[in-house]
Amino acid sequence: MDFDLSDEQKLVADNVARLMKDKYGFEQRKTYAASASGFSEPLWRQYAELGLLGAPFAEEDGGYGGGAVEIMLTQEAFGRALALEPYFASVVLAGGALRHGATPEQRAALIPEIASGELRLALAHMEPQSGWNAFDVRTTAKKGAQDYVIDGEKGLVLNGDSAQKLIVLARVSGKQRDVDGLGLFLVDGDAPGVTRRGYATQDGRRAAEVTLAGALATPLGEPGRAGPAMARVIEDAIAALSAEAVGAMAEAVEMTTDYLKTRKQFGVAIGSFQALQHRAADMVVALEQARSMMYLAAMSSSDPDTAARARAMAAAKAQIGRSAKFIGQQATQLHGGIAMTHEYKLGHLFKRLTMIDMAYGDADHHLAKLGEGESLFD
Amino acid sequence: MDLGFSAEEIAFRAQVRDFVANNLPPAIREKLVGGHHPSKDDIVTWTRILANKGWGAPHWPVEWGGTGWDAIKLSIFTDEIQRGHAPESLAFGTSMVGPVIATFGTQAQKERFLPRILDLRDWWCQGFSEPGAGSDLAGLRTKAERDGDSWVINGQKTWTTLAQYADWIFVLARTDGNVKKQEGISFFLCDMKTPGVTVRPIQTIDGGHEVNEVFFDNVRIPAENLVGEVNKGWDYAKFLLSNERNGIARVGVSKARLAKVRRLASLAVYGDKPKMDDPVFRMKLAAAEVDLKALEMTQMRVIAASRTAPKGKPNPMSSVLKIKGSELQQTTTELLMDVVGPYALPYQPEQGDRWNEPSVGPDWASTIAPTYFNTRKVSIYGGSNEIQRNIIAKAILGL
Ligand SMILES: Cc1cc2nc3c(=O)[nH]c(=O)nc-3n(C[C@H](O)[C@H](O)[C@H](O)COP(=O)(O)OP(=O)(O)OC[C@H]3O[C@@H](n4cnc5c(N)ncnc54)[C@H](O)[C@@H]3O)c2cc1C
Repeated sequence: MDFDLSDEQKLVADNVARLMKDKYGFEQRKTYAASASGFSEPLWRQYAELGLLGAPFAEEDGGYGGGAVEIMLTQEAFGRALALEPYFASVVLAGGALRHGATPEQRAALIPEIASGELRLALAHMEPQSGWNAFDVRTTAKKGAQDYVIDGEKGLVLNGDSAQKLIVLARVSGKQRDVDGLGLFLVDGDAPGVTRRGYATQDGRRAAEVTLAGALATPLGEPGRAGPAMARVIEDAIAALSAEAVGAMAEAVEMTTDYLKTRKQFGVAIGSFQALQHRAADMVVALEQARSMMYLAAMSSSDPDTAARARAMAAAKAQIGRSAKFIGQQATQLHGGIAMTHEYKLGHLFKRLTMIDMAYGDADHHLAKLGEGESLFD
Repeated sequence: MDLGFSAEEIAFRAQVRDFVANNLPPAIREKLVGGHHPSKDDIVTWTRILANKGWGAPHWPVEWGGTGWDAIKLSIFTDEIQRGHAPESLAFGTSMVGPVIATFGTQAQKERFLPRILDLRDWWCQGFSEPGAGSDLAGLRTKAERDGDSWVINGQKTWTTLAQYADWIFVLARTDGNVKKQEGISFFLCDMKTPGVTVRPIQTIDGGHEVNEVFFDNVRIPAENLVGEVNKGWDYAKFLLSNERNGIARVGVSKARLAKVRRLASLAVYGDKPKMDDPVFRMKLAAAEVDLKALEMTQMRVIAASRTAPKGKPNPMSSVLKIKGSELQQTTTELLMDVVGPYALPYQPEQGDRWNEPSVGPDWASTIAPTYFNTRKVSIYGGSNEIQRNIIAKAILGL
């Protein structure tokens, strides 16, 4: 076993950590959040210059030849800082759809533009009725004269309000919840027939409900066979969110520790109360368990055994969800009233952690799935 | 032993329930069922409806407008108000400063303030906590100095709930810095319009504005606005907090929320079946109901025992009610999060009259995440749950 990073990976981690330290103080973050796009455009360009946006893509596709570990390191640092830029939406989700679902020519055409920061994509896969079932798709794609024509409603499209292009999951055949018969389609964000209702999210980001009415689209890969690719995209998303959650949890534990040392009541630091020491110690246990499952998720994302990979991801997401809830709630409790204020970072960490639990299946959802299947052990 | 209510109590419950059903304006009810906050006007409107009926502050002495109901009827009343999705009466007036004035105030203070609390002509807020004095309330530093016929107050309060609407604030301030910290505190009544009082809003994590900082800069109030004796404020505060903790289990609030959980869980269909068909979810819901049933019984035991207990002695069992009651309020908001699933995500702030605008996702979804976030407060305020555990360890277990 080797938990050490390669030199290149260390460089990625150091670079992002330094950038976050310089540019992502909580006060700086407030100015990014208040800007028109809701994130920092200059930083987005800097991510491109540092190679973060191209890191997880293969070199032959125009990327820099990294993978899950690079995403993990980046997301962990973003999680600590609560970075607002659409890295997850554009690079992990939409980029994942390209990696797993597009043809080599399509990848070669689009990935360099993602890597350079010029093109921001959003993945429109969920629907108002779909819950956490990625294959529950009513939106239809029909072959037209040249392009495909898409009709339907997509929901909770992360950064879908500002992305130049959308990758839309739509059904070319089969029934509403069939894995077969799905296709990924590239649609221009401003194409005729596309209506986007953008809104802020609980964790201070942006998303959109997207209505497609006869929107023209180009298929990515082979229409009808996108189901397995979609499953892998969601696994990658779970691995990436696990890392982001670990970053946010680590930050919450650190803030709480600092607070316990400095906040005085009854003439002493509240960290001198053993009841609080033990609670903080339990938070460390929860954090370390989550960190381990973050590694498992990153390592498993290239496991060729589909069933084993799915189990590992479900296990990771279940652990992340439970740790995130415990740490979010306890960090709030140990801070007292100050944690309830919008001005203070901790509440934002709590909200982001809550929303990570709610994305791609909460802890109960994955535990139920695991309970129905085989053991995690041989 | 008889665990049932008497025929009279059952009839009383029905009477209150009918009154709420027939007199609560439907628009207010609809708003509260949806998980939205009542506006100032909503609270005033409903309080006056109750006051007209003679139910503005049922637990007060009869001569000041109370009802003379016993502890069981009082608890049935509160339960029905909460279950009926009616706004609760403004505790700062009816449960906090009102009983303090009625018990320790002068005749002039009683006549001046109590009637105006009853029908909410005066909106009160609670100026206890300070940046440096939370759990350690007696560590407060706001000072009041005597100057002729006045007291002059300087300092800062924080977390002051709904101070933005308040006409009056009751303030704990230090009047003697040379004695044990509990023994140098006095209890004052201060008009919010007095020069030198400044209110600064604090936005909470759910996006709402319910708490404030209140600054006192040479605020001069008449000497007659001291309650009781100088330097005895801590005793009055303890009396007040023990009243505050009585209703703290909030059983009716959790009952109402569990009913909402059930209703929405049958409505929320993701995939091919409603959330209510999910066995994991049903077990969690059942566990919460078991907890709440037990809490309701525990509360009744505490109330029954209180009828024969010596007056004015704090009962450490109220800490049991506070811990379990706050945890259940939080659990029920988590169950709503389970129901809403991914559509917890959109943030749709309430803005005055715009609370009823079409929402992103199911029309019942928008208040669920904010309520979950906001409800974390209930284990922090009113004596944090850690402080309650300290009380149980000391006062019940003698550790
Ligand atoms: C939404 C909201 C509304 C409020 N409204 C009002 C209001 O209207 N008026 C008013 O006066 N106040 C109000 N409060 C203040 C509230 O009473 C305080 O927040 C509470 O007393 C806790 O104080 P604190 O926030 O300073 O936390 P602290 O006292 O600093 O506590 C921080 C942590 O330390 C723990 N702790 C402290 N002492 C001990 C100990 N001895 N042993 C073990 N653990 C300990 C606490 O449990 C907590 O986990 C409100 C608070 C909130 C959040």
